[in-house]
Amino acid sequence: MTKIFDIPLYPYTRHPDQDRDQDRPARHPVVIIGAGPVGLAAAIDLAMRDVPVVVLDDNDRVSFGSRAICFAKRTLEILDRLGCGQATAHGVTWNTGRVFHGEGEVYGFNLLEEADHKHPAFVNLQQYYLEHIMVQRAQALAAQGKPLEIRGRNRVDTIGTHDDHVHLSIATPEGDYEIQADWLIACDGANSPTRRMMGLDFVGRVFEDNFLIADVVMDADFPTERWFWFDPPFNRGQSALLHRQPDDVWRIDLQLGWDIDREAEKRPERVIPRLQAMLGPDVEFSLEWVSIYTFQCRRMEKFRHGRVIFAGDAAHQVSPFGARGANSGIQDADNLAWKLAAVVQGHAPGTLVDSYDFERVYAADENILNSTRATEFITPKSDTSRLFRDAVLSLAERHKFARPLVNSGRLSTPSAYDDSWLTSPDADGLPEATRPGAPMPDAPVPGGWLLDQTGGDFCLLWVNGAAPPDLPQTPVPLRVLQIDPAQAPVLAQRYLGDAPRAAYLLRPDQHIAARWLAPETAPLSEALARALSQMEMADA
Amino acid sequence: MPDLILTRNLTDPDGFYADLMAAHDGLTKAESDALTARLVLILANHIGSRDVLNAALHAAGRGADTPPSGA
Repeated sequence: MTKIFDIPLYPYTRHPDQDRDQDRPARHPVVIIGAGPVGLAAAIDLAMRDVPVVVLDDNDRVSFGSRAICFAKRTLEILDRLGCGQATAHGVTWNTGRVFHGEGEVYGFNLLEEADHKHPAFVNLQQYYLEHIMVQRAQALAAQGKPLEIRGRNRVDTIGTHDDHVHLSIATPEGDYEIQADWLIACDGANSPTRRMMGLDFVGRVFEDNFLIADVVMDADFPTERWFWFDPPFNRGQSALLHRQPDDVWRIDLQLGWDIDREAEKRPERVIPRLQAMLGPDVEFSLEWVSIYTFQCRRMEKFRHGRVIFAGDAAHQVSPFGARGANSGIQDADNLAWKLAAVVQGHAPGTLVDSYDFERVYAADENILNSTRATEFITPKSDTSRLFRDAVLSLAERHKFARPLVNSGRLSTPSAYDDSWLTSPDADGLPEATRPGAPMPDAPVPGGWLLDQTGGDFCLLWVNGAAPPDLPQTPVPLRVLQIDPAQAPVLAQRYLGDAPRAAYLLRPDQHIAARWLAPETAPLSEALARALSQMEMADA
Repeated sequence: MPDLILTRNLTDPDGFYADLMAAHDGLTKAESDALTARLVLILANHIGSRDVLNAALHAAGRGADTPPSGA
C-alpha cells in the first residue's frame, strides 16, 4: 500500500521566475524555506492575511520518520484558527500517564484537563498526517486565490543578505535560478542549512546519551496512555517510553547509554529482540521506522538577523521529553505571522518583528529549561544525581510529596509574554490566568467557542456591557465582541473572576495585550499602539 | 505538634531539584556525601521536633516498606 509520505504532494514544476533575466530576478515580499509544520503554519497564516508568500522545499512530499507526535492544546487551537482543525479529530486523545520504576508502577497521573475547552490537552498524531492536512489547506487557499505557492524540489544554495532584502540562489531539477525576498523565514529544521550558510551560532548542551526511537505497528491491548519506565526489567539501568499514535502505530523510546555502536544498534536483529522483551513474547509487531538519536538543548542567540528570521527547530532545539519541539515551533509561526503581515502592509514599524525575537527567545528559554531538567532526571549525569533520582523514585511509590519531583517530561504549555514591550500594564482585581501577555483561555460562548469568534484579528472583548459607539479608528482590523456573562458563565469565571465587568484587548495570536476594569475610559488607542510596537522603545 | 508532612509541600519542586543537583556539580563522591550530611543536619535543626525527625527517619529508612507504627 502506498503511504502518504511516499506521494509527491507538491511535485516540481517550472516557474516563470526561472525564465527571467537573472540580472533582474523576481522580488517576493516573503519567502519561507521549509515546508514542515512550522513553515506551512507561517505560510498559511500570512496568505490568510493576504501577504504573498513563496515556500521553498528541497523535497516534494511530507516528512517520514520519527518526528513529532504529541500536539498540545495551544497548538491545536492555532491549527484550528489556520483552518487545519481536523488535526484534533484525526489524532488520538490521551490524558493519563503512568510512571514505572523497575518492576512496579510508581504512580499514575491525569493531565487534569480543565473542562470547557474546544480542544483537549493533548492529541497524538504522526507528523506526516499533520503536514498532509497543512499542505492540503495551503493548496486550498491557493485555489481560492490566496497568494501562496509551494515550490517542491527547490533547494536554496546561497543566501546573500542586504539591508532591505535577501538574495537567494535556488537549485532545481532543471538548473539554478535566483530570486529576492523582502523577508526570509528559515524553517529548515535543527540542521538548518540557512543557519550554516549565514555562519550563525547554535549554542547549548549535548546530552551524552543515545536513544533508540522506534515506530512500531502492532495490534496490542495497551491502553491509550503515556507509559514511562525508569530502570525497567527489559532495559536495565535505562529508561523507556511507550505512546500510542493513530493506525495502531506506537512510539517507543529506549535509552541505550553513551558508549554504544550506533550502527549495530539500528539493525533489526538487535532492535527486534529489545522490543520483544519490552512488549512481551506474544505481541506481533512490525517496524515502521527506527533511528538512534542524541538529544541537545540549544538555541540561536537571536532569532532575527536583519531580514532573515528563524523559527522552529532551526532557531531552537530541545529533547523530546515534554513535547516542546513542534509545539513551540508552531507557536513561533503563530507569533510571527501577524507581526510580519503588519510590517509588510505598513501598519507597524520593524521593531514589531524584533518583539518576535524577544517573545520567542523567552519561550525557547522556558522550553529549554523544562526539557533540560527532564533530561537530567532521566539521564543522570553523575553517581550523585542517580542516587537522588533513585531516592525520589523509591519514595514516590509510597509518599505523595515525592511525586512532583519525578520528572519524565513536563508537557508543553504556552508561554506568557509578561515582560514584552507589546504587553500593557495590568489592571488590579482580575484573574491571574488572563493577565496581559498570557495566551487567552478558550471558553464556551453562545453559538460556539470564544477562540473561534476572536479569530486572527485584534479583538476588543467586552464582558458585561456595550462597547461605546465611538471607538477610535485603528490602522488594523479590530473586531468587537460583546459577551453577556449570564450567557457565558465559564467565560465570566475565566475573564472576570469577582469583577463585575471588564474589557480585553486581544492580539491576533490570541494572547492578551491589555485589560481594564472600567472600560469606558480605557486607553484603547494607546494599548493598540503598544501592541503594534508603535510606542517609544523606552517604554519597554 | 505538627505531623511529618508526606504530601506535597514544596514550592517549585523542579527548581529545587535543579538547585540541589547544581550544588553537587563537580564534587567528588566523598564531597557529595559530606554535603548531603551537612544538609540533613541543617534541615534537622530547622525542624527541631524529635517526633517529626523520628517519623522522617522511619519514612526514609529500612522500615519504609512497612507503615510506621502509630501513623
